[in-house]
Amino acid sequence: MSTALPKVRLSSQGQLIERHWQEMLRTRRFYTWGGVLALLVVLAASLWFANDSNAGKFFDRLPHLFDFVGDLIPRDGWEIWRALFDLPTPYADGSLKYNYPDGRHYLTDTFYVPEYVYKMVETINIALLATLVGFAFGFVLCFLAASNLTSRRWLRFFVRRFMEVLRAFPEIVIAGFFLAILSLGPIPAIMAVAIHTIGSLGKMFFEVVENADMGSDEGLRAVGGNWVERVWFAIVPQVMPNFLSYTLLRMEINVRASTIIGAVGGGGIGESLRLSISRGHEAKTLAIVILLFTTIVAVDQFSAYLRKRIVGNQAFAFGSGD
Amino acid sequence: MTTLTAQSIEEIMSRHHDVFHRPLMERLRAPLIAAGVALYIVFAWSLFGIGATLSNGNWAIAGTYLADWISYEVRPDVEYDGNYLNVEFPRFSPLGDNPDPHWLQKATAQVERQAAMEAGAGIGTENSTQSAGSFMAPGAPGTQAGGRGLSAGNSFMAPQNDAPANSLAEPLVPAEVKTARETVVTRVNLAIGAAKVEIIPGLVRIDYRGEQLLIDVIPEQSVIARGDLPSWAVQKVVDGDILMRFGFAGSLEVENDEVKIRQRFLGWENFWFDTRSPYWNKNFSEIFGLITSGERIDPDRSNLALAWSNFLNNAEWQHADVWLKLLQTIVMAFVGTLFASILAFPLAFMAARNITPNRFLNQFLKRLFDFLRCVDMLIWALFFTRAFGPGPLAGISAIFFTDTGTLGKLYAESLENIDDRQREGIRSVGASPVLVQRYGVVPQVLPLFASQSLYFWESNTRSATIIGAVGAGGIGLKLWEAMRTNADWENVAYMVLLILATVFIFDNISNAIRKRLMGNDNRSH
Repeated sequence: MSTALPKVRLSSQGQLIERHWQEMLRTRRFYTWGGVLALLVVLAASLWFANDSNAGKFFDRLPHLFDFVGDLIPRDGWEIWRALFDLPTPYADGSLKYNYPDGRHYLTDTFYVPEYVYKMVETINIALLATLVGFAFGFVLCFLAASNLTSRRWLRFFVRRFMEVLRAFPEIVIAGFFLAILSLGPIPAIMAVAIHTIGSLGKMFFEVVENADMGSDEGLRAVGGNWVERVWFAIVPQVMPNFLSYTLLRMEINVRASTIIGAVGGGGIGESLRLSISRGHEAKTLAIVILLFTTIVAVDQFSAYLRKRIVGNQAFAFGSGD
Repeated sequence: MTTLTAQSIEEIMSRHHDVFHRPLMERLRAPLIAAGVALYIVFAWSLFGIGATLSNGNWAIAGTYLADWISYEVRPDVEYDGNYLNVEFPRFSPLGDNPDPHWLQKATAQVERQAAMEAGAGIGTENSTQSAGSFMAPGAPGTQAGGRGLSAGNSFMAPQNDAPANSLAEPLVPAEVKTARETVVTRVNLAIGAAKVEIIPGLVRIDYRGEQLLIDVIPEQSVIARGDLPSWAVQKVVDGDILMRFGFAGSLEVENDEVKIRQRFLGWENFWFDTRSPYWNKNFSEIFGLITSGERIDPDRSNLALAWSNFLNNAEWQHADVWLKLLQTIVMAFVGTLFASILAFPLAFMAARNITPNRFLNQFLKRLFDFLRCVDMLIWALFFTRAFGPGPLAGISAIFFTDTGTLGKLYAESLENIDDRQREGIRSVGASPVLVQRYGVVPQVLPLFASQSLYFWESNTRSATIIGAVGAGGIGLKLWEAMRTNADWENVAYMVLLILATVFIFDNISNAIRKRLMGNDNRSH
């Protein structure tokens, strides 16, 4: 290994260099192992704390870890599909567990949308609308936060901090607040997700804007374009592909976010999932999980495809800027 | 300045034909997309019934809720009691027991009241409005606040199990006519913001914005305003209650049996010590003096220890519990992300095409990552809440499962993009396969891996708040419960502030570490 002392005799300068090298190595090792040790101590403390403050203890509950799999086995495999497509079941006994056909949303007299598909569409619409709203506001705000377009420091500072607060503000509080005012429904979820989206898209957008080529801006300035014209004709065409790409990425995240917000009272598929898990309706739970999984994969793939078309291989700046 | 002639314009247009004559589709694309978006918004508007929901929303209360974030209300009631008044504070008033705030002046008078008192009847009749409180807690605000001589009443009530005994013994105790000297309230004056309010039996006078409103109250019957109601007063039913709003400062509601006062004060009430603490309502220097040199309040422990425990166990703010829950959230994100990184690290090496030339294993692992990632954090959280019971273990597991997928995918992608020459170099000097990875691959990707993990640590600190609300531990549930009551918005504000501070601190830590790891990382600002 590198620590073994060399066999050759070194000159005095060589020895000096060797000694310095060994010293540097020692300090480095010290920091590395010290860091690892500190991390382990913090980890051990955290684990103890988590276990201590949990309702069930880790080692007591570990054998039951996969109990939920047992809770998820329906009476027969077709039950899942019956639950998914709201078909009548032979086990129907009037209870909530087997009332699949009750959830149908009839569009015409005979054509219906199954309950969970309808809920899923609702959730996707929540995400889509929130993304659009976030895009619109983020689009306006980002130019005010970019240092190459806004020379007023205080304005930049203010807009950036504002977006940071929007981004870090817990979504659940926004949802809860609007739930208290507007009563149950999807609008609190839309607002919560949209407000978060404004903050995160705004941040990503202004970073894109700051990296834009200012040549065309100078050109427009030379012919006397005002601020709006410069932004609209010089910057926007450059940054639009990146904006769209980030928006699509955000859309993927928002589908998940609106599911979660739904689970805490914003309607949509999240709420159905939470209810069916807590009531122990295995077929319904599996149906929703399958539906959710398929949807998320589909949205991810579709957005990846679109992003690739819009910005080429740059498209995989995954997850940045939450 | 030169002007363009028509000819030169033509010339330019023909020279840059592709700029001025773009294909129809390209020209129409932007307006079409805009029209599509507009149509979609109209569709979504009707799908969600946004217009109806927004107009049905209780917007009047939104202001109150928002004001609750940074202020609190004191809600005394002034009850009509024959020719006298009766000022009552709710039991858990932020002003503590026996409040006598300076903004509410009571004019009192000594009267002699003759009351034919039967032994048992005292409880039921005279004290009817107050007895509920007094029964439960002798010395509760109600008993003294009214300023009535309750010495007789108290003696009946103090031993609670006497009441039935008294009623049994009723025939034995003769009815006696008692003359009690009492202090009664004859007039109440107070100011709610700019409004001056005077309450005397049967009449309420309000001066606000240069207008004066006189309201006659016929007890248990009707509330009648003399003259027209000014714009700041509302009476929904004829002879019914009159509600007056004085902006942020509060409101006043005149009912036919009492006047409800809502006086709002800026700030978080009793943030440091609740009303049961001996330190309550003392200013900083008093508390400091007590802690450093005062005599022991509680003989068992020092004043500092008492102050600390009183602060932590503040009934209204629950500092200890909130901090514990916040720590749970932080721990959830930290442990979950760390474990996910540790597991994703070896798995990513196996999933990367260029490192493990086993197509089947690569594909299997990549699909596994997709599965873990796409079964949402919410679903994992719900399942693990069932497995471990509510608490941070469920949250850790949920974050761990989701992020193993995400980080595994990211790690594998960055492994597939590494520079192969370093590996070749190490391999060419005859290093074993493990050493080739250690010295040929890890130095290239480690900063990137660490940066990605840090990024997700920071982002999970935020997500952990939300999954907490479905029972996965942490501050999420506490936040949700505080919001459900619709009365504890100041606690919500407190928790939000703590969360924001935590997120900002972690943001900066993770940005600083990332910057050092990645050299000039221009993604963080």
